[in-house]
Amino acid sequence: MESQRSHAWARVLILAVAAAAATQCTPSRPASRAGGAAVQSDLALAAQRTYVAPGDLDEYYMFSSGGHSGSVYVYGLPSMRHLVTIPVYTPYPATGYGFDDDSKKMLGELTWGDAHHPALSETKGDYDGRWLFINEMNGRIARIDLRDFKTKQILGPIPNLHGNHASSFVTPNTEYAMMATRFSRPVPNRPVGVDRYATEYKGIIAGIKIDPQSGEMSLAWQLLMPPFDYDLGDAGKNASDGWMFFTSYNTERATGKLEVTASQRDRDYIAAVDWRAVEKAVASGAGEMIDGVRVIDTKRVPGLVYLMPCGKSPHGVDVAPNGNWIVGSGKLQGVTTVFNFEKVQTAIRNKDFTGEEDGIPVLKYESIKDAEVPVGLGPLHTQFGTDDWAYTSLFVDSAIAKWKLGTWEVVDKAPMSYSIGHLAAAEGDTVSPDGNYLVGLNKLSHGRHLSVGPSQPESSQLLDITEEKMKLLYDAFTEPEPHYAQIIKADKVKPIEVYPKEENKHPLAVWDVNQTGVTRNGNRVTVKMVAVRSTLTPTDFEVNEGDIVTVAITNIEQTTDELHGFGLLDYNINVVIDPGETKTVTFTAKKSGVFAYYCTNFCSALHQEMQGYMVVK
Amino acid sequence: MHGLARKNRFLDQTIDARARLMVLVAAVLLLATYFLPLWNLTMFAPQYPEGLRLDIYSYTLVGGNHGQDIKEINVLNHYIGMRDLVNQEFTEFQWMPFVIGALGLLMLRTVVHATVAALVDVTMLFVYFGAFSLWSFGYKLYRYGHDLSPTAAVQVPPFMPPMFGGQQIANFEVYSYPRAASYAMAGTIVLLLGALGWAWWQARRAAPRDEVAGPAAS
Repeated sequence: MESQRSHAWARVLILAVAAAAATQCTPSRPASRAGGAAVQSDLALAAQRTYVAPGDLDEYYMFSSGGHSGSVYVYGLPSMRHLVTIPVYTPYPATGYGFDDDSKKMLGELTWGDAHHPALSETKGDYDGRWLFINEMNGRIARIDLRDFKTKQILGPIPNLHGNHASSFVTPNTEYAMMATRFSRPVPNRPVGVDRYATEYKGIIAGIKIDPQSGEMSLAWQLLMPPFDYDLGDAGKNASDGWMFFTSYNTERATGKLEVTASQRDRDYIAAVDWRAVEKAVASGAGEMIDGVRVIDTKRVPGLVYLMPCGKSPHGVDVAPNGNWIVGSGKLQGVTTVFNFEKVQTAIRNKDFTGEEDGIPVLKYESIKDAEVPVGLGPLHTQFGTDDWAYTSLFVDSAIAKWKLGTWEVVDKAPMSYSIGHLAAAEGDTVSPDGNYLVGLNKLSHGRHLSVGPSQPESSQLLDITEEKMKLLYDAFTEPEPHYAQIIKADKVKPIEVYPKEENKHPLAVWDVNQTGVTRNGNRVTVKMVAVRSTLTPTDFEVNEGDIVTVAITNIEQTTDELHGFGLLDYNINVVIDPGETKTVTFTAKKSGVFAYYCTNFCSALHQEMQGYMVVK
Repeated sequence: MHGLARKNRFLDQTIDARARLMVLVAAVLLLATYFLPLWNLTMFAPQYPEGLRLDIYSYTLVGGNHGQDIKEINVLNHYIGMRDLVNQEFTEFQWMPFVIGALGLLMLRTVVHATVAALVDVTMLFVYFGAFSLWSFGYKLYRYGHDLSPTAAVQVPPFMPPMFGGQQIANFEVYSYPRAASYAMAGTIVLLLGALGWAWWQARRAAPRDEVAGPAAS
């Protein structure tokens, strides 16, 4: 009896469930992501591919721009562990950057920068592991030496050019890095009303010469360009070596509400710059000096620049490993356009032009295009893998499309969480990409992490690209805000671990506690100090109020990882000195009294005892 | 009377080619002390997984890692008030290569002036020199472990660092072992004693006939 009744109830229940299922209703998640298979990773594969056991080393370095944090962040791949922060455009007390005299001087009056596109130095189009260049919006570019992972030079703000977004993009043998205007303005800069934007405002493309031995950068030349917003770029390589490509938007030359006014044309341009021809023009004395810089007006010197039409408001332009295909991604389109460099050359030879912009010929789109690849909505950037695979980031679709150069076939799409900007494949912008890994540098993370309040971290997602289908391996939450990143095989970078004593030529360096001491010249006081476990010698010194004091600290250690700090309380001073390094810090002794200084960078069992006093009388 | 005479006869005998060759090789082995380390001290700690290495030559101290290890050892030792390990502290480095050279020359002299007496002399001198060097090395270690500054930051009871083998000292595993040059010197001693033994055995083989002949004659 009991069991018969329960059977009856069970039948009713099944019917009810079936009825409910037959009714249409809104699914709890989008159909495109039903089951979640696409966004979730194969756990076993992901764990195996990303797990780097304690003490083991990663396979690749990833140098990720920190955007408006002004720093470069270094990650290890495939673990995605954050290894170190390289401060570039902003003070960083952790390493004392921006506090000692040299780095303070390098930063100048600016204490922030909007760092965008790291560019590893190249030899024959391949990363050589020597330097990393990174641009910044305030018209600057910096060089980091990968021998010690330190910022060595900041060039700029350079004259004429405003809003240095389309930068750094080194040429295949690191002859040049590039800079280009995002915010056109009058050249030379003067107060001209925005209503005269179309005619009086100018864009600038600047060639930054790099010394092949020292890496020292210098401003070589500038090209005066129409007032477009130059956005991104890439250097030609192999077939297209000697050329530089820049995307531009707002070729409408509009002002005001640009989101509307600059989105009217179906096609904007990729500016193709023959930089070898520019070099020749400069050598023959072309151009005029504006604000101390040789500026060549592209209107007066023909043959330096050609415009390749590219739809619509293109963002990224990326040259394929063979150098012949140039991929331009119109961010307001559903396709990415592939141009053929040979065809570009032919069109230039045949004067196959459809018009001009301020004297610069516009090439005929149909004559230079090889394909429009239907990658998806909002294509931004393209990176390359092995076997002619290309990977294009799709901001609007929030995905990466995988497609093939030559056949133009789109074979896979991987959803990104969320709204991917740049992407970086292992050595994916060189002449010989590695394949293996791809990192999506996403703009939004939308709570795929423990909540940290409204100011959310960005997300960088690691994908495996060794197989037909891309596979998501890892979510990392990176410091704001990764724009571009480059991934280099670890064995190409060979950093030192201490500064060798023999190389320290600092005039104020002392290597023996007996040589330390205080010297006075008028109101200028120099304190030569030695830092070694576990004493800062001298352990006290006296100055007079108003003295200009320079403390030169030499860390005489030659042991790896034995860093010492010099923090001076109430004087806003914190310097960190690496083994074998000498740093100076200069300040005016404005406050009288007694002020403690101490080692800020934990060094030894008696680190707490590493302290002294400055007496200001 | 007979015994002493026999002994004198033995000492006056010349040693044969085989024994001379052994003495020559013994002398040549000493060359190792000019190129190779005598002793090695290696210290491991959690912070020093690669170890800090110190090689002792007959004429100098050499730290591992391009000399850096010796600086590091001194930095660490200063916390317990140990004196710096520096060449100036070791007078041995001044005279040891010279003495080894002199002993080597004496061996070469024995090869030419090949009497058992000369061989006994140089063997005795060399064994004495070897033993003295070992004692001196041990004494140096003892002094380093015992002459600790009374004002040191970290007070540790005086200790004897290991001379042969391993030992745990605070967070350090310390290992001390002879290296190639010491083995070469040991080889020298073995060869000298071997040459002596060979000479004695040769003499003994020859002796019975003499002895039989001797009493018969008297």
